[in-house]
Amino acid sequence: MLAFVLQRLYQAVLVMLAVGFIAFALFNFVGDPINGMVGVDTSLADRERLRQELGLNDSFVVQFARFIGHAIRGDFGLSYQEARPVSQIILEKLPATLELSSVAAGLALLLGVPMGIFTALYRRSWLSQLLLAVSLIGVSLPTFLIGILLILVFAVVLGWLPSFGRGSVVHFGWWSSGLVTLDGWRAIILPAVTLALFQTTLIMRLVRAEMIEVLRTDYIKFARARGLSSRAVNFGHALKNTLIPVITIAGLQLGSIIAFAIITETVFQWPGMGLMFIQAVGFVDIPVMAAYLVLVGFFFVVINFVVDLLYFVLDPRLSVGRERVGIG
Amino acid sequence: MAEAALRLRERSASPLRRIFDSDLWWSFKRSRVTVSATLVATAIIGGAVLAPWVAPHDPFDPGSLSLLDASNPPAWLDGGSWSYPLGTDNQGRDILSAILYGSRLSLMVGFSAVFLAMLLGVTLGLIAGWNGGLVEAIIMRVADVKLSFPAILIALLIDGLARGVLPRDAQSEIAPYVLIVAIALSFWVQYARTVRASTLVERDKEYILAARIIGVRPVKIVLGHLLPNVIGPVLVIATINLALAILTEATLSFLGVGLPPTQPSLGTLIRNGNDYLFSGDWWISIFPGMVLAALILSVNLLGDWLRDALNPKLR
Repeated sequence: MLAFVLQRLYQAVLVMLAVGFIAFALFNFVGDPINGMVGVDTSLADRERLRQELGLNDSFVVQFARFIGHAIRGDFGLSYQEARPVSQIILEKLPATLELSSVAAGLALLLGVPMGIFTALYRRSWLSQLLLAVSLIGVSLPTFLIGILLILVFAVVLGWLPSFGRGSVVHFGWWSSGLVTLDGWRAIILPAVTLALFQTTLIMRLVRAEMIEVLRTDYIKFARARGLSSRAVNFGHALKNTLIPVITIAGLQLGSIIAFAIITETVFQWPGMGLMFIQAVGFVDIPVMAAYLVLVGFFFVVINFVVDLLYFVLDPRLSVGRERVGIG
Repeated sequence: MAEAALRLRERSASPLRRIFDSDLWWSFKRSRVTVSATLVATAIIGGAVLAPWVAPHDPFDPGSLSLLDASNPPAWLDGGSWSYPLGTDNQGRDILSAILYGSRLSLMVGFSAVFLAMLLGVTLGLIAGWNGGLVEAIIMRVADVKLSFPAILIALLIDGLARGVLPRDAQSEIAPYVLIVAIALSFWVQYARTVRASTLVERDKEYILAARIIGVRPVKIVLGHLLPNVIGPVLVIATINLALAILTEATLSFLGVGLPPTQPSLGTLIRNGNDYLFSGDWWISIFPGMVLAALILSVNLLGDWLRDALNPKLR
């Protein structure tokens, strides 16, 4: 177990170093930072002095180590676009993205799991067929198109819900929340549904496939033969074993929700990190791009790590098997 | 006897005849969904390829645009006219023609990106599987790191990087190539992993050993003997990836970091139309969106069918 954790930790650090390297390379490939800081009439000697002061003449390894050191403390310098510390900008945008992502993830689980169970238990029902057909279309429709359609129907034609922004937010220290006002909840519905739709269909199909597989196994047949109620068989026995792979995939999907938030935030002008990243790409605002990359990389690594550990906890066979062959 | 006769018939049959006799054709004909998907995909691809000849207007000729015809609704609505069947955008461009030319660009980028990703992935997979050792370790580690991020994020990043590095005035011209490279670089891993896995299996089989013993050069063994035996699954992945590549291109263009308004793909058209959604001009973005969705859905269905039809386990 410990060896497994250490090995995963080592891999996580490796991935973070690779991500950090790419972020660092962004700074070095894209233009000369000195040009962005001084005027045209600055002499070569002054430029050289500035270069020396900023440590740009140090060796590559020293500079990279310094970058990593700053990054760990959350210091990514000033945004080219807004001339403010990047960490400050990110802290402002982080709550919006996290709230949107968690509402979407919750929605996907709350809808996807019951729909998956239903379509597995009642495979021939017309509702199951309908859900499956709709889910196929849901997978094929691009996220941004779903957002546009929702805006067209619910904001433009019906005028029920707002089509952009977070509504009114309340500040708790540095955290700004839209989830405590009615206005905020109204604003989050359309973006959250847009973001959740793909994940919902994915979870539904996954639960359905797993459940059908489990229902075919012998222990379910025996449970039925023992005369247990179908409720106990379906939910007590079958669902429990269905959920193990579902949890891992759902966990991994949390990462893609954050990535796909870029699209949703752009469609709905949601003031989160995704919108910030797209604007940064448009302006070639390297510090913001680098910080976003490192932060999202960090989210991914943490999620992957937790999911790996969770797998271990949920599936006892894994630890037994590993210990026997002497890996764990 | 019967077998010999059958073989004779097979040989004498025309290539077309052989296609119609194959299992693949039979399974294709039996699936109504697949046949309709093919029809839809063929219609869109055909329209895209023949755009210069079938499009009613040339959306790139500023001389033919007239602001008097701007924001016309589709022909069947009040104020629409049949010279612009699907209406016009805010500059008086015919939506139908813009869609035809736009799908041309979308498909071009999609096909090229998949081809490039396939080339890159298959090459790296062959190298990793054949050589082993440190080269394999490095390639597969890079693949692992890449795989922990969604493709769209990687494509966005490469695209953003290119924007910073390349000269600003040339950007809109080379935008399609940047996109192709960005999408290809975010898709190659799947091919590399598949090819490496099958290469590891094939590498030690007798026919490869025999080729080695009689002194065939390694490059020739890999390309002439090994490659044909590992390429099957790659083609299935490529079909499924085509839908994903078109989707990625559309998404990037919609986000404003893909193709510029001077060379509008379907995604760019939807982005342009999105600004006019609130004034009620829904047709500017919705029609390109419908074509995009139909294209992706039909290619997806074709890919699914091909995967199942070529899977010996499901026969």
